[in-house]
Amino acid sequence: MNHLLILPILLPAVVGALLVLAARHDSVLARSFAVASTVLMLGIAVALLVLASDGQVRSYALGAWPAPFGIVLALDRLSALMLVLTAVLGLGVLLYAIGGWDQRGKHFHPLFQFELMGINGAFLTGDFFNLFVFFEILLIASYGLMVHGGGGLRVKAGVQYVVTNLVGSSVFLIAVGMIYSVTGTLNMADLARIVPQVAAADQALLQTGAVLLLLVFAVKAALVPLHFWLPGTYANAPGPVAALFAIMTKVGAYSIIRLYVLAFGADAGAAAWLAAPWLLPAGLVTLVLGMTGVLAARSLGQMASFAVIGSMGMLLATVAVFTPQATSAALYYLIHSTLAAGALFLVADLVAERRGAQRDRFAAAPRIAQGGLVGGLFFVAAIAMTGMPPLSGFIGKLLVLDGVRASAHASWFWALILSTSLIAIVGFSRAGSFVFWKAHALPAAPAPGYRPDGALSFVAVGGLLACLVLLTAFAGPVHAWLELVAAQLYAPAGYIDAVLGTAQGVR
Amino acid sequence: MEFLVASAIGVMTAAGIYMVLRARTFPVVIGLSLLTYATNLFLFATGRLAIGRPPVISADAAGYIDPLPQALVLTAIVISFGMTAVVVVMALRAYLETGNDHVDLPGDASPEATEDDWKLRGRKPAPAPGGRGGRA
Repeated sequence: MNHLLILPILLPAVVGALLVLAARHDSVLARSFAVASTVLMLGIAVALLVLASDGQVRSYALGAWPAPFGIVLALDRLSALMLVLTAVLGLGVLLYAIGGWDQRGKHFHPLFQFELMGINGAFLTGDFFNLFVFFEILLIASYGLMVHGGGGLRVKAGVQYVVTNLVGSSVFLIAVGMIYSVTGTLNMADLARIVPQVAAADQALLQTGAVLLLLVFAVKAALVPLHFWLPGTYANAPGPVAALFAIMTKVGAYSIIRLYVLAFGADAGAAAWLAAPWLLPAGLVTLVLGMTGVLAARSLGQMASFAVIGSMGMLLATVAVFTPQATSAALYYLIHSTLAAGALFLVADLVAERRGAQRDRFAAAPRIAQGGLVGGLFFVAAIAMTGMPPLSGFIGKLLVLDGVRASAHASWFWALILSTSLIAIVGFSRAGSFVFWKAHALPAAPAPGYRPDGALSFVAVGGLLACLVLLTAFAGPVHAWLELVAAQLYAPAGYIDAVLGTAQGVR
Repeated sequence: MEFLVASAIGVMTAAGIYMVLRARTFPVVIGLSLLTYATNLFLFATGRLAIGRPPVISADAAGYIDPLPQALVLTAIVISFGMTAVVVVMALRAYLETGNDHVDLPGDASPEATEDDWKLRGRKPAPAPGGRGGRA
């Protein structure tokens, strides 16, 4: 057993608790601890990525209780990739928040660490009851982050967010109970072993449970018709928190990829490819609805939220093809859309901070301070999000279009992806010209209440955008590596043997 | 017993869903609690219903009951208890900040909520009308 596996969960848990206890009143101490912890987490994630690159699945049995009786963590290429992505986005968001947002309420840094703990745990766990527990950890931290800074509207949006997710948690538990009552296991690898042997009489219960579980992940991933909570939440959340939430929708996507390829994949007998007929149409409708929402949005935050919904639709529809080619393309797009959405929410916040009472709404407001720089960042983020060349969004869409070519629904994909890209481009150009160009028609007046923030905010946004440039420049090697990720996913025997077999060795 | 437990779960779920769909926060919180009770009972029942069976191995046991669902229920109870506390605090905070207990955001479909919110906005010194999240 390699103890490095549990560090991404342990480190933020310890640092978060320390921050609450020791650094409550000292903002410098809290900031330095938080940054140190997040940088260390990035280091650990990269080390795990290097470790997982050899193609071997590693499992970590907590307390050395053998699986499937004990709780296990499992690390394969996909989890390592998601850990690195979380750490990169987390570091960018944290640097941005240190520009001022973290002082507008209490306990930003501890909540941030607990949020990272929940996300990392969800990516590492090999057990779907613990997936529920880690979902709850990341959600309860996100409730606190969502209302950070206060304000009536934000708290109201927060209540809606909490209620939606509590209903989601109940459905999650019901689904877990149903699957457990048929298979008698909560371990994902063990589930994959048992699902093919489930008797015909129990199939209805098993499949209902599995589809209910898909519903819960769809709530998290904001899939139509369960996307309704996202625009209100993200547009009302503090800017850096909305940017961090860009990874939370991907937790839903990750869970779908993990569970429905591993346990309900090719070998699942009567339950094979259970998710595909639901996920594919829902994903395509989500894509259309999200990108149409971009056109209809009334503020930058809302627009970014709908862009996130649209990108989730494209991602999940591509996943629903369930072939290694399509999945590797979807994963490339997943990396890209997480970073692009994070950067876009941060830019929207930069704009909102500078426009006084108008915030980020599409309404007439005078020119903003540092308008050229902020406008330039928006331009780059918009190019990335809409998928225009030369950035990685374009390559991502190209890979997706190529990856789904073998699918029976390829024509739907091509038509919808290309037309929604056009709609998104129109929406983003309208927003950009409204916020940055039309302002020149008004007399220049410094927006009231503007407080110049330090270079750190620009470093954070620039850093995330630089990651996108890197992702574009190294698209070849990255995609080659992602093909290995997909190959590992579609050969679940390795995962099952590693999780159930290692435990035997420990005993 | 099966009929009783199943109908209890069903009635609580139905009542919970009805309450969650109400427009004010208090019934919604009650609805969420009912939903979690129903869920806990459902989870408990996944271990099959039996009376007088031991959950741990012993020499003179005729049969066993699955102990795992009971452990799951304990975890679920703790989590749902914590979550209920969170949602109560948030609902109270929203009530204190906006002066009403509507679940809808102002500007959403509910005209009643909108009117109340704007009225209170005008009276309260706090955020500017329509200020998207304040600079607290």
